[in-house]
Amino acid sequence: MNTSSYDRISALLLRYFFLLRSSWPRLLEIAYWPTVQMIIWGFTSLHFSQASPELTTGGILISAVLIWDSLFRSHISYTLSFLEEMWSRNLANLFVSPLRSWELILSLATVSMIRTLIGMVPAALLAIPFFGISIFDLGLPLLGFFLNLVFTGWAISQAVTGILLRYGLGAESLTWMLPFLLAPFSCIYYPLETLPNWMQLISKFLSTTYVFEGMRALILEDEWIPHLLWKALALNGIYFVVGLTLFCVALRAARRRGLLLQSGE
Amino acid sequence: MTQIESLLEVSHLSKKFGSVSAVSELSFSLSRSSIVGLLGGNGAGKTTTLSMILGLLEPSAGSIQLFGQDFIKNRHAVLHRMNFCSPYVDLPQRLTVSENLRVFAGLYGVKNASEKIAHLANDFRLVELMNQPIRRLSSGQKTRVSLAKALINCPEFLLLDEPTASLSPDVSHWVRSRLADYRDRTGSTILFASHDMREVELLCDHIMIMSRGRLIEQGSPEELKQHYGRDSLEEVFLELSKGREGE
Repeated sequence: MNTSSYDRISALLLRYFFLLRSSWPRLLEIAYWPTVQMIIWGFTSLHFSQASPELTTGGILISAVLIWDSLFRSHISYTLSFLEEMWSRNLANLFVSPLRSWELILSLATVSMIRTLIGMVPAALLAIPFFGISIFDLGLPLLGFFLNLVFTGWAISQAVTGILLRYGLGAESLTWMLPFLLAPFSCIYYPLETLPNWMQLISKFLSTTYVFEGMRALILEDEWIPHLLWKALALNGIYFVVGLTLFCVALRAARRRGLLLQSGE
Repeated sequence: MTQIESLLEVSHLSKKFGSVSAVSELSFSLSRSSIVGLLGGNGAGKTTTLSMILGLLEPSAGSIQLFGQDFIKNRHAVLHRMNFCSPYVDLPQRLTVSENLRVFAGLYGVKNASEKIAHLANDFRLVELMNQPIRRLSSGQKTRVSLAKALINCPEFLLLDEPTASLSPDVSHWVRSRLADYRDRTGSTILFASHDMREVELLCDHIMIMSRGRLIEQGSPEELKQHYGRDSLEEVFLELSKGREGE
C-alpha cells in the first residue's frame, strides 16, 4: 500500500471540508467579517463623498478595504486551519502519517484560497448594489493585487505556524497581531509620501505598499503601472522563502524538543 | 534473532533534553509477528522511545533501522507501513467517526476505503457510532475509534502507547483480544508501552523493562518470572525498581 501526494492532499482537504460542514458558525464567519467591513467602510465612504469627495474617488476606500482584507483573510484561513490541528491535538497523527510537510503546506494554502474567495466574493458583489462600487471594474490588475496579497498572507502564515509549532498555543495571539503590524506601513488608505521618512524606509520593503500604490494609481489616475506589481511579487517571493525557512526550522526544532506529541500551551 | 527476521533494529539510541538524559544507549530489536511490551514507571523513557521510533522526536544519537531502512534519514519510505495510537493524541473532535476514518484512510492511501472502514466499524463495534462526532463519545468509545484509525492501513508495525489507559477491565480485555487477533491474522508486529504489568503479561511475547531511560531487563514473561523466582511480572518489576533505587 503506498499513497500519492494527491491522495494525501485530498484527504486533508476533505478533513477541512468536514470541519466547515460540521460547524455553521465557522462557515458564517468566513463571509461575515468581509461583508461587515465592506458595509461599515461603504457608509464611511458615502459620508466622505459628500464632505470630501477627493477621498472617495472611484470607490477607492471600499476597494482598499476589500483588497487589504484578502491578505488578512488568506492569512487567518491558513493559520486557523493549522490551529484546528493543534486545538484538536491531532498534529502527531498527521506527522506520523505519510503526509509530507510540503503537502500539509499546499493543503493549508488551498483551503486558505477557497475560504478567502468564499469570504471576499460575496462582499465584493454586495458592494455593487449597496454602494454602486464594483471592485471588478479594476479588471485584470485586480487579480494581480489579490494574488500578491494572498501570497503575503501565506508568507506571514508560514512564519506564524512555525512560531506556533515552536512555542505552542501560548503564541496564538500572533495570528491576529502580525497582519496589523504591517497595516500602518502598507499605505492602504494613504500614499507613501504621507509617512515620515523612517516609516517610508520600512514601507519600501513591504510588498503590500506596492500593491496599494498600484491600486491608487489605477483608480485615481487611471494609470496601470505593472512594475509596482512585479516589485510586490519579487518581495513576496523573498517573504515566502523566509516564511518557509522559518517553518522548516521550527518543525525541526519541534522534532528535536519533542513538541509534536504535546502541542499545547 | 537474525537480521532477516528483524523488523526493527534500534542501536545505541539516546535522547537528551538539555542536560537531562531521557533515553540512554538503548539497543534492541523486534522480530516480525511479535507483540512486545515496553514496561517502565513514570519517566522511564517509554513515550520518548516510542516518539523516536515514530519520527516525532529526533534522537540525540543512535540509529533506527525499520523495514531495513534508515528510519531517521528516510522515514517517509516506511511511514505508510506503520501506525500508532496514544492517549496523548486525539482525533479531530468535531468530525464524526466515519469522517475521521475516511480522512485517515485517504492519508494512508487505503484502497477500497469504504469496505475497510465498514470492516473496522464492525470489528470495533463502531457501527452505531459512525455518525457521532468524536467529542460526544465516552473515553472507551474514543479508544476504540483510535484503535480503528491505527489499523486503517493494516500496519505491519503498530505502536501503542498505553492503549487501555482509563478503560474498564472488560473493555481492556476486549481490546487485548482484538490486538492479539490482529497479530495472528496479519503477522504484524506490535510494540506496546504500558504501566499495566498484568496486561503486558497477558498479551506480550517479549518484554523490555526500562528505568531512567535505560533498558534494564528483557525476556519473555515466563523467562523473567523464572529468572527472578517470582509469581508475577509485577513482582519482577518491583524487585527491579527496588534494585535501581539502591543504586
